[in-house]
Amino acid sequence: MRLPAPAKAQPVRSEQIILFRISGQLFAVSSASVQEVRSVDTLAGSAHEIPQSEIRKVRHTVQRGEHNLYVVNGALHFNLPPSHAALVFVLRRTRTALLVDGIEKMTTMTRLQALPQAFCNEERNWYRGITAIDQIVVPVVKPEGFLTPDELFALDSVVDPALTPTGEEAHEAQATDRAAQDSATSDVSSAFSVGTTLDSASSIQ
Amino acid sequence: MTPLPESASFVLLRLSERRFAVAASDIAELVAPSRVFRFPHMTNEVEGVVVRRGRIVPVIDVAGRLIGRRLTSRRFYLIAQRRYTTGTEWIALPVTGDCELIFSEMIPANEADLPHVAGWLSHNGDVIEVLNLNALTPGPSPAPPQTSVADNQRQEAFL
Repeated sequence: MRLPAPAKAQPVRSEQIILFRISGQLFAVSSASVQEVRSVDTLAGSAHEIPQSEIRKVRHTVQRGEHNLYVVNGALHFNLPPSHAALVFVLRRTRTALLVDGIEKMTTMTRLQALPQAFCNEERNWYRGITAIDQIVVPVVKPEGFLTPDELFALDSVVDPALTPTGEEAHEAQATDRAAQDSATSDVSSAFSVGTTLDSASSIQ
Repeated sequence: MTPLPESASFVLLRLSERRFAVAASDIAELVAPSRVFRFPHMTNEVEGVVVRRGRIVPVIDVAGRLIGRRLTSRRFYLIAQRRYTTGTEWIALPVTGDCELIFSEMIPANEADLPHVAGWLSHNGDVIEVLNLNALTPGPSPAPPQTSVADNQRQEAFL
C-alpha cells in the first residue's frame, strides 16, 4: 500500500519589525517602513520650528530634498504622557519623522492580527494590526497614519504658504495625498529592505 | 398583538448586584481573568486585549453602561461572539460572579426598550434583561440581524 505523500510545509513568511517605546508604551513598526534612524541631537541642527501650527503634535520640520518632513511627537499623537524622545524614525514613503524614546529591539513577527472591530475610532488609522512577541501583545503602527492628508495640508499652508495650492488645486492635492496613503496602506512589504541604514548599531547616530 | 415568548437557553451573568442574560448561543466560554494588555486607543469602552486560544480578544467593560459604574474587581471573563457586518469576532466581558446556564422563555423587546435590550425573561422571581451585545458593545457600524456566522477573527497571516 502506498502512503500519500506528506504535504509540503509552507515556508513561514515573516516580517522584520522594530520594537520601540514612546512614554513607556511598546509599539512595533515594520523595518521596511523605517528609512533612517537618527538621534534627536543630530537632527536639532537641521530642524526648523513651525511658528503657529494648529497641529500640536508637530512643532518642527526638516527639509529633505524638495519636501518638508514633519517631526511628529509620538507621545502627543497617542495621547500619552510627555516623554523624553531620544531618537527619530524617518518613515519611508511618508513625510513623517517620528520622535520615539528608544528602540527596544529588532525582531520578527510571523502573524499580524487585524485590529479587533471593537476598536472603532481614530486608532484604526494608527495601527496596521496587533502582534504577539514573546507573549506580549504589541500594536503595529501604520506609518502613514501619523499625519492625515488634512493635517499635511494644514502644515504645508503654515510652513510654505506659497507652495500650498488653493481652491480646486487644493482638493486635487488632498485627493492625491489620500491616494498615495491608500497605495502605501496596501503595500505591505515583508522584506527587510532598508539597506544599510539599519543594519548595525553604528547607523543609529 | 403581544409577541409569543421564545424558549431558549441563556447565560446569566452578574455585574455587581445586578444580573443580566445573554443568549447561550452567543457565548463561547467562561475563563479566569488573565493579563490585560493595554495600548493607546480612543474607544472608551475597550479596556485592552487578552490572548485567548491564540487570538487577541478585546476586553469590553459593559458595566459602565448597564449599572452606571465601571467594575473595580472581576471574577471571570465571559467570552462572547460579537457580530459585525463583515463577520463575527470574540469579545471578553468582565463579570463579577458566577454565571449560570438557564432555559427560559424570552419576551422580545419592544420599541420602548433601549437598543441594547434584546428581551426580557423571568427567573426565580426576577425580571432580567437579555442583552443585545451587537448594540451594547462598540463597533464600526450597526450589526446585521443574528445569524449563525462562524467566521471568527480575521487575520492577516503570513503563513
